Amino acid sequence: MDDSILQMINSTLRVSTPLLFAAIGGMISERSGVINIALEGIMLCGAFTAAAVSLATQSAPAGAAAAVLCGLLVAAAYAFFVIEIRADQIVAGIAVNMFAAGATAFLCKILYQSSTSTPSLALEYRFQSAPVWMAGGVVILAWAWMKYSPLGLWVRFAGEHPEALDSAGIGVKRVRWFAVLLSGVLSGMAGASLSIFLASSFTRNMTSGRGFMALAAMIFGKWKPIPAALACLFFGFSDALQIRLQGVVLWGSEPVPVQFIQILPYLVTILVLAGVVGQSRAPKALGLPFRSS
Amino acid sequence: MSFAVEFKALTKTFNGVAANAGISLKVKKGSIHAIVGENGAGKSTAMKMLYGTYQPDSGEIWVDGKLWGGRSKPWSSPSDAIHCGIGMVHQHFMLAGTHTVLDNILLGVEPIRKEWKYLPIPNFLKGIDRTRAAKRLKEISQQYGMAVDLKPSVETLSVGLQQRIEILKLLYREASILILDEPTAVLTPQETSELFLHLRKLRDEGKTILIITHKLKEVTSLADRVTVFRGGRVVGEREIQETNEEDLATLMVGRKVNLHREPPPLPALRKPVLTLKNVSLGTVRKLRNLNLQVRGGEIVGISGVEGNGQSELLDLLIHPQHYSKILSGEIEILGRPSNALTTREIKSSGVGVIPEDRHKEGLLLDRPVRESFLLGLHRNAPFSRRGIVSEEAIDKNAKKAIREYDIRPAHAYARCGALSGGNQQKWIIAREFHQTPELLIAAQPTRGVDVGAIEFIHQKIIDARMAGSGVLLVSSELDEILDLSDRILVFYEGEIVGEFNRGEASEKVLGLRMGGAADL
Amino acid sequence: MRLLRRVQIGQVLKPVFSVALGLTLGLLVTKIAGEDPWHVFKILVNSAFGSRYDLGMTLVYATPLIFTGLSVAFAFHAGLFNIGAEGQLAMGAFAAAAIGYRLQNLPPYIAPLVATLGAALAGGIWGGIPGWLRAKRGSHEVINTIMLNFVAAGCCGWATIYLIPNLDSQNPETGAVGANFMIPHFAFFGEAPVSFALPLALLVAFGFWFFLWRTVTGFEVRAVGQNESAARAAGIDASKVRILSLFVAGALAGLVGVGEVLGTAGRFKLGFSPGYGFIGIAVALLGRNRPIGIVLAALLFGALHKGTSDLDLETENVTRDISLILQAAVILCVSSEGVWDLFLKRGRKKEAKNG
Repeated sequence: MDDSILQMINSTLRVSTPLLFAAIGGMISERSGVINIALEGIMLCGAFTAAAVSLATQSAPAGAAAAVLCGLLVAAAYAFFVIEIRADQIVAGIAVNMFAAGATAFLCKILYQSSTSTPSLALEYRFQSAPVWMAGGVVILAWAWMKYSPLGLWVRFAGEHPEALDSAGIGVKRVRWFAVLLSGVLSGMAGASLSIFLASSFTRNMTSGRGFMALAAMIFGKWKPIPAALACLFFGFSDALQIRLQGVVLWGSEPVPVQFIQILPYLVTILVLAGVVGQSRAPKALGLPFRSS
Repeated sequence: MSFAVEFKALTKTFNGVAANAGISLKVKKGSIHAIVGENGAGKSTAMKMLYGTYQPDSGEIWVDGKLWGGRSKPWSSPSDAIHCGIGMVHQHFMLAGTHTVLDNILLGVEPIRKEWKYLPIPNFLKGIDRTRAAKRLKEISQQYGMAVDLKPSVETLSVGLQQRIEILKLLYREASILILDEPTAVLTPQETSELFLHLRKLRDEGKTILIITHKLKEVTSLADRVTVFRGGRVVGEREIQETNEEDLATLMVGRKVNLHREPPPLPALRKPVLTLKNVSLGTVRKLRNLNLQVRGGEIVGISGVEGNGQSELLDLLIHPQHYSKILSGEIEILGRPSNALTTREIKSSGVGVIPEDRHKEGLLLDRPVRESFLLGLHRNAPFSRRGIVSEEAIDKNAKKAIREYDIRPAHAYARCGALSGGNQQKWIIAREFHQTPELLIAAQPTRGVDVGAIEFIHQKIIDARMAGSGVLLVSSELDEILDLSDRILVFYEGEIVGEFNRGEASEKVLGLRMGGAADL
Repeated sequence: MRLLRRVQIGQVLKPVFSVALGLTLGLLVTKIAGEDPWHVFKILVNSAFGSRYDLGMTLVYATPLIFTGLSVAFAFHAGLFNIGAEGQLAMGAFAAAAIGYRLQNLPPYIAPLVATLGAALAGGIWGGIPGWLRAKRGSHEVINTIMLNFVAAGCCGWATIYLIPNLDSQNPETGAVGANFMIPHFAFFGEAPVSFALPLALLVAFGFWFFLWRTVTGFEVRAVGQNESAARAAGIDASKVRILSLFVAGALAGLVGVGEVLGTAGRFKLGFSPGYGFIGIAVALLGRNRPIGIVLAALLFGALHKGTSDLDLETENVTRDISLILQAAVILCVSSEGVWDLFLKRGRKKEAKNG
């Protein structure tokens, strides 16, 4: 019994890791006023890059570094469209997600003659547990940074009252660029921890909504780092539970339908937003492009 | 004589329209300098150029005897202005409500904790030394006598305190030139006099203060010198001793102003169109024990400083269904109890409303103005039949309205947002008067409207009264209230604290009552 | 007057230019795979419009996009962003399949009608939920519709596998609907299953225009979308309009089920939609939220989808996945049109100065 509890904790932590990275990234971006549904796409790009580079270099850290770089680049493109050109953040985010789905499959086909998955990576070239610790570190750093550093304060003002930040002489666009790029870095790492930590290869659309689940966790966590991390752990737990409960008969004669456990995070988010389970308030300037007059 | 600020022939155009045309202006060091003018006279534009928000097209700005900005040496941004010791309190406060007072003040000039100082990372990643900031702020607030609690989040504070935080923000940045844009618009009379006290103190400590306003009384009581703007130009500059309100008003408008008009004698009063009995609102008591009646053929004016319950009263009259749970007392609109009425029933039973904020509550700014005209009339014949809209009826009636109200541009397909304030207001009045209202609720009917249109709108309100309508006029302009109202009610903190018949009240008496002063 | 005309031409030219730019950029990507972009483009065009069959398939793909485009646009006119068309269309399609599977005895002609209404109703209810949440609880519809997409996928998956599965197949799909539910095809397009769903879509597009621009309720929807407080002050019940608008948007998306279930597959297949709901956002954006624009934009995206489907066979390395890249490039270019406005304005200002 003890063993299975330990196992459960272990798998919860592992499954939560990509969510933690992405949720913290999403939180930073949204606190600065930029909606980031491109998380999903950036994660996917990161996952592919990590798998490909790890394969080529036979080194997981190199793969992760490449994933982070890739996340940075995709986030830069996204930032350019939504901050500089002021394209609609949701529309641009959807476009990035489409692009990521297409481009990863496209490159996969070119590099490995298969558009469904990359060759699988030997165990010794994958992460064993490092991403879990890193994710924990990221959460704590993000919390301290948001609370205690000037830049953290600027990010919060950029999302809450950008004009105030501007009139205090600090460029809103620059702060938002920084926040979106940082969210790209973290989402890239989230992708890497999917493909070279949880799995052994990149498979087509392997994020399967985890970017949105991270977004949900962030909302459930009221746009704050520690509660968002707890929400990730909760979602990770329900995910781990679902894997364990597959085919298990709990009551009656039918096995527990996994679908209902899968939709749990999304239902919780809806209930939270409706004020049924606690209140959650978005940053005031979320989604509004900033024009310096 | 040294000047803190000097403008030399500043010009700024927007879309080919000159907002500032050759502005020249000198501000003495250590003085309070007022800039007055009507809406759109170019006051704010000039100040925003000084603050670096806008770049001038031509001309120069000198600060402390040095060339600081202009065509040849432009500001790049407000942050340059801040470095030069220029600070601005905007009309809409630059404060984030969810953050603490302290964080709002030290934003952009955060002190770094000493123990982090030598870490090889950029400063903006190090820890903020909030203790040190708080200590310095305490010193500053003691020096200028502006006490404030640093811990609470800004949204819990009164408007007056929020403004004080804005000023502290500038002092913390060691600004020597302070620009205040319409600082008293949202203040109660007490808060206003307190602000003036602080401003005089600041001047005596050597700060230079530029204050934008259109309230002439404040100019004469506060400023040392005043510059008058009209149509993007400077039309006069006076020492305060050598001028008075009439003189400034004439300069501002450009002709002898005679806004005082005597309405024709009272017509026979008809039956009540609006009755409030013991009306109170909710536990926060935004409205307290209101009793008032408006009868057909009279204008009842409600005066008061903004934020004393007028907006709540207006919303309550238009949307009674939202307040059914927290309302006590009785409201009768055109003889029917209002709690049984929906907004649509109120509007269609003969109530016309000129909303307080026409952009927010009256118009569809991004659509052709004919759709704004249709709004609210859309369920009535001839504008629609059996649920289908009649384009011809809209066009026909819009044309009629354009003729009758002298609206420009003279077609109904112009984008509503592109019209001037006066013409937008005329469209609203044309719409609300389409069926002569039995009850007219007119809130701030001439706000942001040019002088010519003001006279026209006042005439329309008087016409409605002569035709037998009952008018509830809510305005923060005392002149408007005094000229139009047959009876005047004064609002203070959600209560009626004074009632006067025409001719009984003076500006002074009203002003005192508005500030909550009891009998003299 | 001349200026007015120029602006309108700009309104038409801008999207055309954006699409061209997006396609060019997207096709340049094929260079990486060692293909000639021009050659790929020719394959695309040929495969989308080359024969009656090809044209037919393009129309088959365009039909659901007309519905989802209208769905997104309708919500947009009410000031709402419907990202939930994907979930709404799944609910609609499942409802159509469930009705067709369970009520096999309905008389012909009545049967497809009932299934169509069922699809609209199911989609409508799924859309109405975020509408209700927005109107009554104030929670934002963007996040709720995203979340409901996943919830819909879960619910449909469960119902498909546990309630009415196709026992003869390993695939997650429902049993077949009765033959009397199937709607006829146009013989003109040969094998391509161009069904009566296409004329239905065009009819609905017309109804969309008539409702929004000619009826009182439509005016109220647009008024709420433009300025909610002003609409409320004019006596319009904004909550009701919000709920109604997302209900209608959901119903429009739900109608996708008509073509996909009653027109082609004859059953609900889990995950049948290649993102019709999301592409619908691009369709509405490109079509300027106007019915004619939406129909044209749906055609374009339908053609992209059909065109790229042959790339697997005709080229070495380029797969149909390129269609996602092309779509993304077009969407980004279209959504960046604010930039063109800036340029146009600057040009006009210069002209005004010179003139």
